[in-house]
Amino acid sequence: MLLQALAFYVFAFVVMASAAMVVVSRNPVYSVLFLILAFFNAAALFVLIGAEFIAMILVIVYVGAVAVLFLFVVMMLDINLTQLREGFLKYLPVGALIGVVLLAEILLALGVIGGDSTSLTALAKAGPQVQAVDNTRAIGRVLYTQYFYLFQVAGVVLLVAMIGAIVLTLRSRPGVRRQRISDQLYRPKDQAVTVVKVPSGEGVR
Amino acid sequence: MTIGLGHYLFVAAVLFTMGILGIFLNRKNVIVILMCVELMLLAVNINLVAFSVFQGNIVGQVFAMLVLTVAAAEAAIGLAILVVYFRNRGTIEVEDINAMKG
Repeated sequence: MLLQALAFYVFAFVVMASAAMVVVSRNPVYSVLFLILAFFNAAALFVLIGAEFIAMILVIVYVGAVAVLFLFVVMMLDINLTQLREGFLKYLPVGALIGVVLLAEILLALGVIGGDSTSLTALAKAGPQVQAVDNTRAIGRVLYTQYFYLFQVAGVVLLVAMIGAIVLTLRSRPGVRRQRISDQLYRPKDQAVTVVKVPSGEGVR
Repeated sequence: MTIGLGHYLFVAAVLFTMGILGIFLNRKNVIVILMCVELMLLAVNINLVAFSVFQGNIVGQVFAMLVLTVAAAEAAIGLAILVVYFRNRGTIEVEDINAMKG
């Protein structure tokens, strides 16, 4: 139990620290890398709590797809970094104030700090319960029966996102020379080949 | 020294606040704002999974998967819009995004 608590504190600290680094990092590439670190540690937190499937999905989807997409875009766009950093210090006081107030409000509302935490203990009925079947099987039993339409709607959302991204970024630039294979194949012989009579001793002019 | 629901909720609250703080601080950089939105969605996922586990109800994890789906779609569309915008205007500063003048 002590080891689990220790692991929780380490992972939680790294998640929060890397989230802070995402925000304050000077270079967007570092921000993306810290985002990846935060996702990995959040996945570790999920494993710790017993939600292995969500943890693995988190690593695959967020780290494997979303973060790599971010990295790709950050590196592809030629951004003026110093220009983008302007106003960081200007907004720092009001941003920090709003952040602190919001955090305090959330924590007070949850009863994590101050107040009584009886509502929380009432919410958590009996601590983490040992499931009869493993996590993935339990999710599958609910997802493919009770929430099957929701599952299909998620698929439609992904399809629309994919088509939208392709349509948005596809462009046909004029003046780009491409190989057109059908044109090459249908080219008649008299356009492609010229027969030159070469007189002997003179060569081709 | 048991790790309870409150611990996970605290982590999620800090992550969510960090996301909002990032949106406030990086007023110019759209990419970092999108990353902060991802952080906030991660905080929501942590909340969902923590409640799901501590209440012994698996439905929360199903919802977490759906939130993940929406987050992935949002990142793809957002970055596509960003790429198109950069191609047209040559900058991604938020303050320059005023073509629609709402």
